Amino acid sequence: MSDTPARDRVLVTADWVEAHLADPRVVLVEVDEDTTAYDKGHIAGAVRLDWKSDLQDPVRRDFVSKRQFEQLLSAKGIANDDIVVLYGGNNNWFAAYAYWYFTLYGHADVRLLDGGRKKWELDSRPLTEEVVRRPLTQYVAQEQNRAIRAFRDDVLAALGTQNLIDVRSPDEYAGRLLAPAHLPQEQSQRPGHIPTAVNVPWSKAAADDGTFRPDAELVSLYQEAGLDLDRDTIAYCRIGERSAHTWFVLHELLGLDRVKNYDGSWTEWGSLVGVPITLGEEPGDVTDDA
Amino acid sequence: MCGAGAGGAAVGGGVDLATATIIEGVVRRGEAPVEGAYVRLLDATGEFTAEVPTDAEGQFRFFAAPGRWTVRILAPRATVTDRPVSADRGDRIHLEVALDG
Repeated sequence: MSDTPARDRVLVTADWVEAHLADPRVVLVEVDEDTTAYDKGHIAGAVRLDWKSDLQDPVRRDFVSKRQFEQLLSAKGIANDDIVVLYGGNNNWFAAYAYWYFTLYGHADVRLLDGGRKKWELDSRPLTEEVVRRPLTQYVAQEQNRAIRAFRDDVLAALGTQNLIDVRSPDEYAGRLLAPAHLPQEQSQRPGHIPTAVNVPWSKAAADDGTFRPDAELVSLYQEAGLDLDRDTIAYCRIGERSAHTWFVLHELLGLDRVKNYDGSWTEWGSLVGVPITLGEEPGDVTDDA
Repeated sequence: MCGAGAGGAAVGGGVDLATATIIEGVVRRGEAPVEGAYVRLLDATGEFTAEVPTDAEGQFRFFAAPGRWTVRILAPRATVTDRPVSADRGDRIHLEVALDG
């Protein structure tokens, strides 16, 4: 297993999925922000996870608990020894978020469909509206693996000592936009980025069709951005979904051990009282008091 | 903050049209609107900024900022189409995109 390139263990092609549609060990899971996408057609056999209602606590801003996650996966008919293949819209942002989430709760074999829903559609591969019901399971999750999740205090402590990587678009990083441009821009928090964070938009890691770039190109991408790949790294974006995509690249494809996703991301940092913020294209430094 | 779906005709959600910079349009194949085309918004350096699938009426919409942009359209069986756009604050720019495939 350790001889298998990381990419082949965590990423599957659309051809692989078509060849495994009848494989009982494989569970396809579609994860979207726009949850109506699944109703309009999904890959045969795929169950749906709703990024918001299934994976977020309904009251406070946090994940569902270990017990809630176990109930969710049991109800969806996902077993501990299933190969879970995630895919979705938005270039797999929320599928990558779910991948990180499944990893956080210790699922043994979870993979991403390279290119997600978009690549599948652009290839004109078949989708179905058939409702999928799987028999219930008794899923058992692990405790959250905090080694891959950063909270705001971890980020504060990392200022000046660890890599921070902001994977939003250059306009969001500089403070000209507060959200991805497919969303209205009225937001309560301040614009800008966390001082010292380098800007490597998530999209640089993917081609137009949503598939990941080759490993060698990915390594050059982060090195040229000034990221010291030997240091601990925290990735963030606006709500932690695009940075889950970059976390997947750094931790899963490139095999870097000490990479965390800060799911509080800009919607938390940009609302905190008293924390430093940098505006403009430069990373800035910790002593900035502007 | 949710609703990453396709752009529609009415701008809701308390958006101030006087200060917003909206780039929107319709993708068609012949006369027929194309649902599920992928429309990407690239900034002045060519970097990805956003992407939406078109809705049942072929419509898409971005909430951008003043500046130069490129709207790129990807659809099955069609060549990739790029449309340059220059937008100012308060603009609501409409594009009609015809696919060749």
